[in-house]
This record gives sequence, C-alpha cells and structure tokens, in this order.
Amino acid sequence: MQFPILSVIVFLPIVVGALLLFLPPKNRKLIYGVALAVGLTAFLLSLVVYFSFDANGPRYQFEEQYAWLPQLGVSYHVAVDGITAPLVLLTGVVIFTGVIISQRIDERPREFFAFLFILASGVFGVFVALDMFALFFFYEIAVFPMYLLIALWGWKQTREYAAMKLTLYLFIGSVIALVGGLAMYFASGLGTFDMVALEAANFSPEFQRLWFPFVFFGFAVLGGIFPFHNWSPDGHVAAPTAVSMFHAGVLMKLGAFAALRVGIMLLPEGARFHLPWIILLTLVNVVYGAFIAMVQTDFKYMIGFSSVSHMGLVSMGFATLNYNGFVGAGVQMFSHGVMTALFFAVVGMVYDQAHTREIPKLGGLVKYMPFVAVAFIIGGLASMGMPGLSGFIAEFPIFMGLWGGGYAWIAIVAAISIAVTAAYILRAVGRVFFGEVPAELEGHMHDITRSEKLALGLFCLIMISVGIFPTLIVPVVQSGVNVILSLVGGA
Amino acid sequence: MAFVNAHLLSLILFSPLLGALIVLLLPGKNKNLIRRVALVLSIVPFVFTLIAWLGFGNAPVIDGFRYQQQAVWYPAINSSYHLGVDGLSLSMVLLTTLLTPLAILASFSIEDKIKPYMALFLALETGMLGVFLSLDLLLFFVFWEIGLVPMYFLIDQWGSPTGERELWKGMKVSARRYASFKFIVYTMAGSLGLLLAIQMLGVVSGTFDLIALFQSWPSISGTLFGLSAATVKTAAFWAFAIAFAIKIPVWPFHTWLPDAHTEAPTAGSMILAGVLLKLGAYGFLRLVLPLYPEQSHQYAGTLAFLATAAIIFGAFAAFAQRDFKRLVAYSSVNHMGFVVLGIAAAAFAAGSEHANIALNGAVLQMFNHGISAAAMFFLVGVIYERTHTRDLEEWGGLFPLVPVFGGLLIFSSMASLGLPGLGSFVSEFLVVRGAWPVFTVYTALSMLGLLFTGAYVLKGISKTLHGPLNEKWKGHLSEINRREILVLAPLLLFMLWIGFWPAWLLSVINQAVVTLFG
Repeated sequence: MQFPILSVIVFLPIVVGALLLFLPPKNRKLIYGVALAVGLTAFLLSLVVYFSFDANGPRYQFEEQYAWLPQLGVSYHVAVDGITAPLVLLTGVVIFTGVIISQRIDERPREFFAFLFILASGVFGVFVALDMFALFFFYEIAVFPMYLLIALWGWKQTREYAAMKLTLYLFIGSVIALVGGLAMYFASGLGTFDMVALEAANFSPEFQRLWFPFVFFGFAVLGGIFPFHNWSPDGHVAAPTAVSMFHAGVLMKLGAFAALRVGIMLLPEGARFHLPWIILLTLVNVVYGAFIAMVQTDFKYMIGFSSVSHMGLVSMGFATLNYNGFVGAGVQMFSHGVMTALFFAVVGMVYDQAHTREIPKLGGLVKYMPFVAVAFIIGGLASMGMPGLSGFIAEFPIFMGLWGGGYAWIAIVAAISIAVTAAYILRAVGRVFFGEVPAELEGHMHDITRSEKLALGLFCLIMISVGIFPTLIVPVVQSGVNVILSLVGGA
Repeated sequence: MAFVNAHLLSLILFSPLLGALIVLLLPGKNKNLIRRVALVLSIVPFVFTLIAWLGFGNAPVIDGFRYQQQAVWYPAINSSYHLGVDGLSLSMVLLTTLLTPLAILASFSIEDKIKPYMALFLALETGMLGVFLSLDLLLFFVFWEIGLVPMYFLIDQWGSPTGERELWKGMKVSARRYASFKFIVYTMAGSLGLLLAIQMLGVVSGTFDLIALFQSWPSISGTLFGLSAATVKTAAFWAFAIAFAIKIPVWPFHTWLPDAHTEAPTAGSMILAGVLLKLGAYGFLRLVLPLYPEQSHQYAGTLAFLATAAIIFGAFAAFAQRDFKRLVAYSSVNHMGFVVLGIAAAAFAAGSEHANIALNGAVLQMFNHGISAAAMFFLVGVIYERTHTRDLEEWGGLFPLVPVFGGLLIFSSMASLGLPGLGSFVSEFLVVRGAWPVFTVYTALSMLGLLFTGAYVLKGISKTLHGPLNEKWKGHLSEINRREILVLAPLLLFMLWIGFWPAWLLSVINQAVVTLFG
C-alpha cells in the first residue's frame, strides 16, 4: 500500500490541534513551536503532492478510498486532480505562513492554533474529497471554527457582528447547497454520494435546470458572488490576521471550487442554462468591487473589497464554460490566494505597530519596514494584472475565455477594473509606504522579524516564478480543465 | 562565442535585469561602488548590441528577422518566447543600450537611495529592450507594461523634490506624485484597449506569434463576434493606435508628458524622451502598419492631421513655457510629430517610393530625437543642479560664466532645431520629402511649424545664455564638469556622425523598411 499522503495532510492539523489543547497554556514557546512544526510539515507535504502530480497521468492521483457509511453509499474517497493540486499547495503555503504571522498572538494561543488547525483540516478535506457527503462534512468543519476565531480573537469593534453575519451567510448557503446535493443523491438512483459516479448519472435537463442555482449559489456565497458578497469584507476586517489570510486566501476558493465541483461538473446542463446570466453577476463583482475598494479609507476594507473583485474573475472564468476561461480561473484561484494572503499579512503587520488602519493616518512606512513595502508593491502589481507576475498569467486567459465565449462586451467592461485596481493600489502604496511619517507613528515603528520576512518572501517568490514561468502551474491546471470540459462539453 | 551567438538577443535582453539583481546585492554603504558597478553592468548590453550590429549583415534571415530565438513560454494559449530583430528594431536597441549607460553616468550626482535607483534603471532597460525584441504579441505586451513600473517609481521617488499640485478644494499632493500617478494611470488605461484587442486577436487567430499573425490577420474576412470583420478590425486598429498614440505622444493625448518629463529626475527624462516615446512609434511600425494595412491607409489622413497638430501646437506650447524643462518636454511633442507624419504618409502610400523615404526618415528621426532630447534634458539637468531653478527668467547672460556649457547647449539646441550637418536635419528632410507628395497641405503646415521650432529653441538659448547677466549667479555657478562632458560627448558625436554620414544607419533601417513595406 502506498503512503496515504492525502489523509496525513487532511488529519495532521486537526489531530495535532486537539493535542495542543493538552499542552500547558503558559508555555507559549512550546505551543508556537508545535504549531510551526505542523504548518511546516503540511506545507512540505503539499509541496510533495503538487510536484509529484503528473499532469499527463491519470485524472485522479494519490487516490484513497475506505468505506464510511456503506448503508448510505458514503465512503471516505479522496484524491487530487489538476484543479485541486494547486489548491492543496496554496493551503499548505497559507497554513505555514499563517502560523508564522500569528507568532505574536497573546491571548490563549493554544486555543487559537487549535481552531486554526481544525479550519485547515476542513479546507484540505474539501479540496481532496471525491465524495459529496465528505465534501459537505469537511465544508462545515471549515466554516465552524471561523466563528470562534473571529468572535474571540477578532477586532474588538465589530467582531461579534461580523462573526455572526459570516456564519449565518455561510451556513444558509451550505444548507441550500445541501438540499441540492440530496436532491441529486435521490434523483440519481445510484445510492451513492460518490461524485465520480454521480458525474455519469445523466440527470434530466429539467432536473438540472431546477437544481443548479441552489447548488451553485449555495457554495458561491463563500466565493463572494454578488449580491451575496456582503459578509466577506466585514468578516475579513474583523478577523485576526492569520484568519483573514486563510479566509480570503483559501476559504473563498473553497466556495468557488465547490460550486464548480458539485454545481458545474455534476449538473452541466444546468450550468449551460444558467451561467449566461450568472456571468452578469460576476461582472458586477469585478467592476463594482474594484470601485468600492477604491473609495475605502480603511486599509483592510480596501483589501477585502479587492478580494470580492478578484474572486469575481474566478466565477467569471467558470461561467465562460470554455477552455481558456477554466484555465484562467484555475490559475486565478491559486494566484489570488497567494496575493491576498500577502495583502492581509501586510495589513496585519502595519496594524500591529501603527494601531490604525486608516490610510490617511499612515505614511512613510518604507523607512521602517522596507521589506514589507516591497512585498506589498509586488502583490499590488500582481493584483493589477501586471505582466511578469502571476495575476497576469491568470487574468489573460479569463479574458480570452470571455472573447471566445461570445462575451466580448463583458470583457470590455471588465477591463475597466484593471485601471481602477491600479489606481487604488498605487494610492495605497503612495499613502501608506511613502510620503511623510505622521507624528503619532514616529518612534514606535520597527522592522518585522526574520521569520515574517520569510513568509512574505515566500509569497513574492511564488507570484514572480509563476509570472515568469507559467508552465510551473498551467499544465497541471490544464489537465484538470480537460476533464471538466469532457463533462460540460465544449472544445 | 557559439553560446553568445545563439543567445545574443536573450543576452541583450536579460543582462540589464541580471545587473539590477547584482546591484541589489552590493553593500548599501558604499555609494561610489554602486555607481561604478551599475555603470559597468549597463555597458554589458551595449557590448552585446555592438556584436549584433557588426554581425548583422552576415546573420541568417528567416521571415525578415535575424538572430531569432524561440522557447516555450505559455503554451496553453500558444504564446512563446520568440525574439528577433530587423534593422528597425536593432537601431532602437542600439539607441536604448547607448542611452542607458549615459543616463546612469548622468545619475552619479544622485545621493538618495542610490541602490534601488540603479536597480530600477537597469530593470527599466530590460522592459524597453523587450518591446523592441519581441516577435510575439503577448510578449510584446508583457514588456510594454513592465517598463511602466520602474519609471513610475523613478519619477515618484527621485523626481524633483519641490512643487505641489492642487487636486481639488485645497487638497495638495507633491508634483512628482501627481506626475508619476498621471503617467502610469494614463498609460495603463490607454493600454487597456490594446490588451483587449490582443486578447481578441489571440482568440481569433489561435496564436500570438507575430510572423504568423502578419500572414493571417490582415486577410481575415467574414464575421467575427456577430460583426463584420472590417468593423472588428477597425475597432482593434483604433485600440492599438490610441495606446501607441498616448505613448508617442500624439496631440491630444500628450498631456501626461509635460508633467512626467518635468518632474522626472534628469536621467529619467533622458530615457523617457530618448527611448520610451519611441516605444509608441515602434508599435505603429511593428504592429499597426503590418497588421492593419487597410485601416492604416483609410485613417492615415486623421493620423497626419494629428501629427501636424502635434508639430504646430507642440512648438507653440514650447515657446510659451517659462520652465526650461517644460520647454524641452513640449519640444518632444513637436519632434515626435514628424515621426508620426512620416508613418502616416507611409501608411497612406504603402509600397511607393515616397512611403519608403518617409519611413526611413521617421525611423531615423526616432533615433535622432532620442539622441538630441537626451542631450537637451541632460543639459537642463546640469544647470538645474547648480541653480536649483528651471525658470528661464531667473537666468540670463550666463555665457561668460560657463562658456563650455554654453557651447554645448548651443550645439545640442542646433541639433534639435534641425541645422544641416547635424542628425535631425537629415531625418526631418527625409520625412518632409516623403510626405510632401502624399499629404501636401499637412506637410506644408508642418514646415511652418518648423519655423516655430527655431523660435523656441532660440528662446531657450537666449534666455539662458544671453542678455544682461543675472548678478546673483556670479561666483556661484561652476562650469560643467568632466563627468558631465563625458555623458554628452557620445551624444554630440552621434549627432555629427549621422548629420554628415547617415548611410551607416540608414542602410540598416532601409533594409527593414524594404522587407516590411517594400
């Protein structure tokens, strides 16, 4: 039997998370050390999975299957394909860096890391699950710790409101999706939750058209689709830094991915029927999100809305239902995850020291934290789609997908967001990192630690290498896209 | 040597970027070391360019391009790393690799954050060279955009430290922040149409390779996206044309230029005027004319009109300035107008003898303006560094105090004015000669514009050097130093060399013109 690497990745965090609770609460060094070891292990294992994934190999790799609830047709069935392999790597990167960034958590670090690891296990689980029941199971595991993490460790002014809002939105979404999932289970007559089997269920077109919106929107809420995006900026802002990184970096992809996996791939006729109007919603995401980001004065809200805008591109790529659109969306999920995790890390570092996130009250920080400034600039350039960085590699095919799918005017309107993004990113760079240092900040700012530099450097390295060598990721994504296309039809 | 020959263009393209990384790794304290290393590193691409130039005639030609290289880059959307040069791009590469070391030498007086400054400068060179070397439409766009970033930071961080601009209701920002922001957002917004059109071309043709596109794209007919192919092509033509017109800049898209040029540090202005403006003209020659021959012919009249407007208004606006640097900035609008006029004439009469003459003139004018604008901006920088003012009214009668500087200023001004015997005369003559039979009225008006060129150039000289001496400079103004003369000397030599014997450059340019449009 081969080494069950995926199960190890999925269960390592949650098991160690539970064990953490038995450590002495006072010994913060030990707690952090254990957490860091888990983060590093998860990161290294995800690297192994990503780089040993063979783009020319079978569809599913590292597959494992055990009976779970055989009476209901539920099994523990996990594997990665070309779409999920980059997402597993992304999760590994974010858990590792997230632990580093959380080094300075003072309040109950033991519980904090325990919940963070439960969250990580849930996320890994959703990405690798091939069984719909398991997918829902892990999905809920990922959403539930968010509430506690935000409500207990979040920003004091809004944390209770934001935690409640986020949890309600996501639970309602997942319940709606679950109803759709159960409908599929019963309608298929196969008596199984296995998604690979359900792909061949041949649901009637009427069934698909009826249920597709339930499943798609139920999950897409977590992807931040308009008009259900409202929870996300509030949630991002209220969450502690590492949780925001996880949330915007990985959790939003969970929504987009599940909408793809359960919605588009299992109900392709429903997708073909509904996505042509859903693409309009994603256009609102992309353009309106960018404009809203531009008018924010709170640094973290600005980043939060920029995520709404960029995640709109992911759903937009899916909605084109063609090769270029899917490739772009697949790369964008990875690229946006890295980029936005970097943003939230930077915002957290600035806030920790300046104790304000109001952009007009900041300034000149490049003098104190040059490394942070450079990292933010690189991330900012990636987010405005600057060639040479991963954002361009992702966005370009999405736009080509729009052209190829006959959505020429949507491509033209969506392009406005690129200029708007450039404007708000440069404004933030100029106001926060350059210019005069305000008198209140004089003297209390200092540079970040070496391990924090390592975290930011890792993000930058990923964005630059993907930007210069797209072949690092694109062939993997392509292999996943080919499978999707064979299900939904199209070139 | 075999390695060098096989990868010559990649070496030219990436040696500056590698240089930037080396500069970043140097110890931060030793400023002189950083300066010298940056200078030496910037000479490396120039040496490679010379190798390419000398071997140009013997290098094998495939589809009109030499030294081609191709490698996998982004296979999912059929874009590859494809480089190649012809006479047109090689002369621009020569201009870039020549001006960059001079600009770096000119920056030796920079004291603030010298390390990132030099690194950005070298990175900028890679961006510019990439545009000239790319034979893949997507790769072209990649470098087109990348070049904006270092220039943005050069203006924003090292631009002139004084000056404020009021945005609205008393809210003020520093002038260099205003200028750099306007520069990058204006150019990026202008490139959005280009980006969309490139995506559209890629979707329709299934490739971004320029050689393949030159073959297939102009002959596409029928319907695209529910519209007639001609309509789509016209829209795409304008998307390309506007992006390039902003960069050149053609009137009325020029408003970013006076701000950016004025606020940029001296070396930044040299490169902006010397090379960056040429990227736009190069885009017209490399992409617009071959990809849209019909549309270019159809709208050549509009382009010629805009060029004439740029020549005349540019000259008037330059004459009206009190700020010497702004004067030189507007002179770029004026001189680049001749490049556009030549392109317009060639677009209208493609294939004729007049078109070839006009095109030769346009490309030579690009080269000459690069040399003379760099020299002029540098001279303005020299005097600004000493007097901390750019106001023409503050100077006056400086000739006796700084005779060498005065002589060099007059020499460069004459080159920019188009005095026979110096480079610009040859190129402007060729443009006018080629354009006259094609657009007689516009050409005639443009020649009247030349008259005003004389007026503003002389205004610049007389306000600085002649008239009553402004006493406050007596004893406070030092003569141009040896390093500064070293920056200028090559530029002045090129002006003379091209003025007296343009054949060495024209023969290379003409080869490209004949293969591409002949």
